[in-house]
Amino acid sequence: MHARTDEGSTGDGPGGDSPGSYKRVLGPAEIRRVLSRIAHEILERTHGADDILLLGIPTRGVPLAERLAGRATEFEHRTVPWGSLDVTMYRDDLRLRPARALGRTELPADGIDGKTVILVDDVLYSGRTVRAALDALTDLGRPRSVQLAVLVDRGHRELPIRADYVGKNLPTSQHETVRVHLAETDGEDAVLLGEWKEALA
Amino acid sequence: MNRHLISAADLSRDDALLILDTAEELARMSDRPIKKLPTLRGRTVVNLFFEDSTRTRISFEAAAKRLSADVINFSAKGSSVGKGESLKDTALTLEAMGADAVVIRHVASGAPHRLAGWIRGHVINAGDGMHEHPTQALLDAFTIRRRLGLQPGAGASGGIGRRAAGRGGSRTGGARTGGGARTGGGGLDGVRVTIVGDVLHSRVARSNIALLNILGAEVTLVAPPTLLPIAVDGWSCEVSYDLDAVLPKSDVIMMLRVQQERMTAAYFPSVREYSRRYGLDAGRMAMLPEHAIVMHPGPMNRGVEIAAEVADSPRSTIVEQVANGVSIRMAVLYLLLGGAELSGEAR
Repeated sequence: MHARTDEGSTGDGPGGDSPGSYKRVLGPAEIRRVLSRIAHEILERTHGADDILLLGIPTRGVPLAERLAGRATEFEHRTVPWGSLDVTMYRDDLRLRPARALGRTELPADGIDGKTVILVDDVLYSGRTVRAALDALTDLGRPRSVQLAVLVDRGHRELPIRADYVGKNLPTSQHETVRVHLAETDGEDAVLLGEWKEALA
Repeated sequence: MNRHLISAADLSRDDALLILDTAEELARMSDRPIKKLPTLRGRTVVNLFFEDSTRTRISFEAAAKRLSADVINFSAKGSSVGKGESLKDTALTLEAMGADAVVIRHVASGAPHRLAGWIRGHVINAGDGMHEHPTQALLDAFTIRRRLGLQPGAGASGGIGRRAAGRGGSRTGGARTGGGARTGGGGLDGVRVTIVGDVLHSRVARSNIALLNILGAEVTLVAPPTLLPIAVDGWSCEVSYDLDAVLPKSDVIMMLRVQQERMTAAYFPSVREYSRRYGLDAGRMAMLPEHAIVMHPGPMNRGVEIAAEVADSPRSTIVEQVANGVSIRMAVLYLLLGGAELSGEAR
C-alpha cells in the first residue's frame, strides 16, 4: 500500500512527471481573469452570495475555492466562506489502485445544512469525482442546492453530470492529458495540454 | 506498507506517518452526524479473539463498521476451539467464509505470524502473548502527537492537501500551533517517553519501544529488575530503576498494567511495595514537567500502578486513547483493505 498522494488534476494517468510534450493552454493572467469571471457569475447566479459555501476538492480544488472566495469577498464586500471536501473514501475506483493518503475535509462550524454549496475542482473529466463528492455531501448534511465550478471542462463524461461554472471548455481526446498547475501547489499558474506517451487504454 | 500488520517493528517511518496522518483525517469524522464511510462496503473483517479483551475488540469492530465492512466476531469461548479445534483449522474455516482481513488476539506469541502463512486475507495483530500489539503503539503515538501539539503531515504525504482551510473551519486551529515544531515532519523526534512497570509481560511496551524508536522518540524504561526482559540490553532505550529521578525529564509517562495473570512467580515482594516504588500517585505526578501527559493502555489496576486521582486528572489521556484507537484502526483497515491488491507482493 504505497501512498499515492493524489491523482489530482489530470484525472488520468500517473501524477508524476510524464514523458511527452505539453502545450500551455492558459497562463497566469488568463487564469486570473477566468477566476474573476467565475466569481462574478457565482455572485450573479446566487443573487449576491447569500448562504453560499465554496468547497474545494483536494488537491487543486482547494486553492481554487480559496481564490474564488477571495474574489467574491472583494467584489461584494462581504465574507464568502470556503472549505474543502475530501472525496477519497467515496471514490468508485479505490479498488483499482493502492490505498492513497486522505485529503482534508474542513467545513465551517455551522455545517452545510441549508446552504448553497458550490463544489470547486480543477478539471471536470469523467464526472466520477463529482459523483463521489455528492455522496460525501450527503453524509455531511443537507445543502439547499449544490452547484459545480471547474477551471477546465475537458469533456468525455461517463456520468450525467455538468458544471454550472466553467473556466474553459477544452476539447480533448482521451489520449491527451490535462494538467493544472497552481501557485499554491506547483509554484506557477498554468493549464497544460499534452499527449500521454504511454497510452492509457 | 506490508500486506499484514503483525509487528510495529516492521513499519517504516513513512508507513507509520501515513497511518498517523490518515487517522488524523479520520478522527475528524467522529464529530460528524453520520459517522460512516462507504469505503469497505462488501469486505468482511473477522475479529478472532482467543483472549479476553474489551476495548481492542470493540474498537476494531467500531472501526470496521464505520468503514462499512461486515464484521464477524469470533471468541474462543463458545466456539469449536473449546472442542479442541486448532488455530490452523479455525483459520481455514474463516478463509472458506471469505474473510478479507482477520484481526487476531492470541495468548501465544507468534500466532498472527503463523496465521498469515495460512490464509489469503490480511492479518492484523491485536495482541499476541508477550510479543506485540502494534495498533496500541500506533494509537499511543497518535495520542502523544495530538496532545503535545506536534505538527502532523508533511512527512509522508508531501504536504499535499495540508493547506489550512476555510475561515469557518477553526476546529483544529489551536491544536496544531503549539508545542514547537521539531524536525522530521510528523514524527515524535526528541520526545522523551518513560515506560513504567511490567515491561517483561507487556506486548504494549514492546510495540511501543519499536514504534517510538522509528518515530524518533527517546524511550526510558523504569521497572523492577525482575520485570525487565533479559534481552533489554539489546533494545535501543535507557533503563532506570528510580522513577523519581526520571519523572522531571519526561514529556510522556506511560504506565503499564501489572499483568498478574501472566505471572508464574513472585516478581516483587508485595503489591503495596510495588505501588510505593513504581506506582504513579499525585505526588509523583507533580514532579512531571507542566506539559507532560500520563498514559495507560488499560485496563487499569487503580491503586496499584496508577492512583485514581492521577487516572482521572486532566493530564491523563486514558479515555482519549480509547477514542483515538478507533481512528487508528480505521486507518489501518483502510490502508490494508481499501486499495487494490498488490499482486504477488506477499510478505
